[in-house]
Amino acid sequence: MLYREAGQFKTSYAADQAIFPLAQDRIGMAIILAVAFIAIPAVANEYWLQTIMIPFLILSLAALGLNVLTGYAGQLSLGTGGFMAVGAFAAYKFATAFPEMNIIVVFLISGLISAAVGIVFGVPSLRIKGFYLAVATLAAQFFLLWLLVKYPWFYNYDPSGVISAPPIDIFGFAIDTAVSKYMLTLIIVSVLALATKNLVRSHIGRGWMAIRDMDIAAEIIGFRPLTTKLSAFAVSSFLVGVAGAMYAFLYLGSVEAAAFDITTSFNILFMVIVGGLGSVLGSFIGAAFILTLPIFLDNFPRMLGFEISVETVTHLQFMIFGALIIFFLIVEPHGLARLWTITKEKLRAWPFPY
Amino acid sequence: MREFNETLLSVENISLSFGAVKALTNISFEIKKGEVLAIIGPNGAGKTSMLNVINGFYHPQEGVITFRGEKRRQMKPYDAARQGIARTFQNVALFKGMSTLDNIMTGRNLKMKSNILSAAFYLGPAKREEIEHRAVVEEIIDFLEIQAIRKTPVGRLPYGLQKRVELGRALAAEPDLLLLDEPMAGMNLEEKQDMSRFILDVNDQFGTTIALIEHDMGVVMDISDRVVVLDYGRKLADGTPDEVKNNQEVIEAYLGVGH
Amino acid sequence: MAFFLEVLTGGLLTGVLYSLVALGFVLIFKASGVFNFAQGAMVLFAALFFVGFIDLGVPVVLSAILTIAVMILLAYLIERLVLSHLVNQEAISLFMATIGISYFLDGFGQTIWGSDIRRLDIGLPQDAFVFGASVLGDDIFVNELDVVAAVVAGALVAVLAVFFSKTKIGRALRAVADDHQAAMSVGIPLRSIWMIVWAVAGIVGLVAGIMWGAKLGVQFSLSLVALKALPVLILGGFTSVPGAIVGGLMIGAGEKLAEVYLGPVIGGAIEDWFAYMLAMIFLLFRPQGLFGEKIIERI
Repeated sequence: MLYREAGQFKTSYAADQAIFPLAQDRIGMAIILAVAFIAIPAVANEYWLQTIMIPFLILSLAALGLNVLTGYAGQLSLGTGGFMAVGAFAAYKFATAFPEMNIIVVFLISGLISAAVGIVFGVPSLRIKGFYLAVATLAAQFFLLWLLVKYPWFYNYDPSGVISAPPIDIFGFAIDTAVSKYMLTLIIVSVLALATKNLVRSHIGRGWMAIRDMDIAAEIIGFRPLTTKLSAFAVSSFLVGVAGAMYAFLYLGSVEAAAFDITTSFNILFMVIVGGLGSVLGSFIGAAFILTLPIFLDNFPRMLGFEISVETVTHLQFMIFGALIIFFLIVEPHGLARLWTITKEKLRAWPFPY
Repeated sequence: MREFNETLLSVENISLSFGAVKALTNISFEIKKGEVLAIIGPNGAGKTSMLNVINGFYHPQEGVITFRGEKRRQMKPYDAARQGIARTFQNVALFKGMSTLDNIMTGRNLKMKSNILSAAFYLGPAKREEIEHRAVVEEIIDFLEIQAIRKTPVGRLPYGLQKRVELGRALAAEPDLLLLDEPMAGMNLEEKQDMSRFILDVNDQFGTTIALIEHDMGVVMDISDRVVVLDYGRKLADGTPDEVKNNQEVIEAYLGVGH
Repeated sequence: MAFFLEVLTGGLLTGVLYSLVALGFVLIFKASGVFNFAQGAMVLFAALFFVGFIDLGVPVVLSAILTIAVMILLAYLIERLVLSHLVNQEAISLFMATIGISYFLDGFGQTIWGSDIRRLDIGLPQDAFVFGASVLGDDIFVNELDVVAAVVAGALVAVLAVFFSKTKIGRALRAVADDHQAAMSVGIPLRSIWMIVWAVAGIVGLVAGIMWGAKLGVQFSLSLVALKALPVLILGGFTSVPGAIVGGLMIGAGEKLAEVYLGPVIGGAIEDWFAYMLAMIFLLFRPQGLFGEKIIERI
């Protein structure tokens, strides 16, 4: 069989610590990147890029952010939408106040602001756990959105409360076509995903997982709860904040605070559950799944010749989402990414599974 | 008979209660540098509470603990870890979602300094640090003979091996004082022999001072230099295995004779 | 002063409705340790069926009975299809499963009954009346419906108290709440107990749904109003029935007073988040809630 580790001897710890210790995985990843960077921009039309690929990448990043907090550090959050909003509005304020500022710098600053807000709302996690913390994150969700609606300063006193992204360019290249927006999104998401993957493999990530698996033991062997938990909140909110900024600037163009309501928070939580808690790959799979499902539900009955009202489609979506969440929690609590891992393990052992 | 003179940790007049329940009453003893000390006693005698007090998880209402000449009353578990106290737990407290290797690597965290940014981009220093510590951890893995389960998630391991991994995680911190809470509970004879050998080897090779709680009297008498006996939160006896074995009070506590 | 009292009573009476929703949570949490996020969806679901039956021309009493039957069936299905497969899973997985249930019920209820706002008129009084005439020289207006709701809530709590302390099922429930393993070992059937609590929580949800529905109309936002029960639980503690009541009153009164007195200062509509913020700050000082016991951690 093709997927084998036999014959690939690792002669140093460095080789064994690589992200993809197996050659086959490295080749697979190279193919995915080649498709993403070369094939897709070459063949995909504007509709595909603008309504599927760009939001897919951005939501994957948001899911990845939540996954750091919930999947790796074990702190359940229902406030993801609020932190995306902080990122979006921070980017808007900076981009309009300093039009000369490089857009990537703007995104990074938005992420940092979101991280700072995340730390503030993460402080209760030092005292409270589990469901209690979930409620505290709801406070963040509702409070942040209220703040961004209530104070017109945040949207430069626009009477409609909508923020519109100014034209973007990077080093003289205008980012105004679907392809250029897609490429920019792809680059940022790839870099941040790689960085996150590195982080979760480092001593910082091990600290998060230790707190998740057994917080008392983690403290006793020397992880300081304060820094461990708050760093998870900070990194998570950073990623979510950058995702929010890109959602406003590279996907929708103009957006109001209500676009980041609690439904968004739940959708991203669903992505993480379906894709796989504690898996970088899972965040991407989950986002793809939750994003394409409504499109499928929208078109599938029509292809069969049924006419279903838009309203009913929405309700059906709710039902199917709910059922899927339950299904995944029962059948495969580790999500779709786990199915992939199992397949790989089977392939490695094939054809002699014992 | 080994002789130990230098005191590593001393516990003086410690009392601990939860509401009306008294867990420990006025307990004093010393742990000498380099020795293997066993804390024994019937169930509910306060042995685990004693360890919890030593590593700062419980805060006693009264009494003073002196570690390496430094007095302390209130201390967080994190600080105890930083000062060189590591431990294992009665009910295995491994990080279930992580591999054996990663679990033992967590024991190295206090020595790892690279910041978030360099860790995120796996830059030179972060990479070097990771590999250096990996080498130390591999030595521990060799020492404990668990090479084959290096990459296995610990949740899938049998109980005896989990106990061994937990010992590895504590050793990775290179502690001065190692607290073991029933390291041989639930093990068969062969596993107990292995574990006893590891404990003695750790003590011998690294000079680590060890305080352990154990129910198996045979093991206790074999491997410990000194024994402290607790009963109902009080100290009954303190001495060499032979002294303790012949102590009338201890015999009564264990056999429940006369009252 | 009279104005203050009026705001306060209005808040307290809204709080009673929060308490009603929170009560459903507490029942389920006590008996099964499941944090039921779907309680709000159950309120909406029950109200939708109830008002749906009435709109079909079914008499009110029969509608109520039919809806109770639906809620019992629902409890059975939830136990069968969801909970029984998640026994021994971590609490957080069960919690997320109830988010799934919540979504499913919201979608299912509206697929059947549509998402228009339905008026629920079963003859509950709607007028404001003057209460405690000339307390401190002024009148206080109180909404009659709120008073009815308060009375109903009080009656419901009394019934539940009797149910818990006097009946055989009630004793079994309390045993299960104290210790699952021990309860099973003396032969209490855990699964049917769980089904019963979910059914009771569904019926409590129906009562809450009728009250809220009469006030706001039966609509999707009921499901969101029910989210307010979460901070109520935090104040009251997850396992305390009196806690749910007191917590509800505190949240109800607190957010109304904040809206009226704090709103003009920092901007209106703070009712949206005040309850959550209050709960969060409260948690920082008393993580176990008002009536919860101090947690001793063991290792």
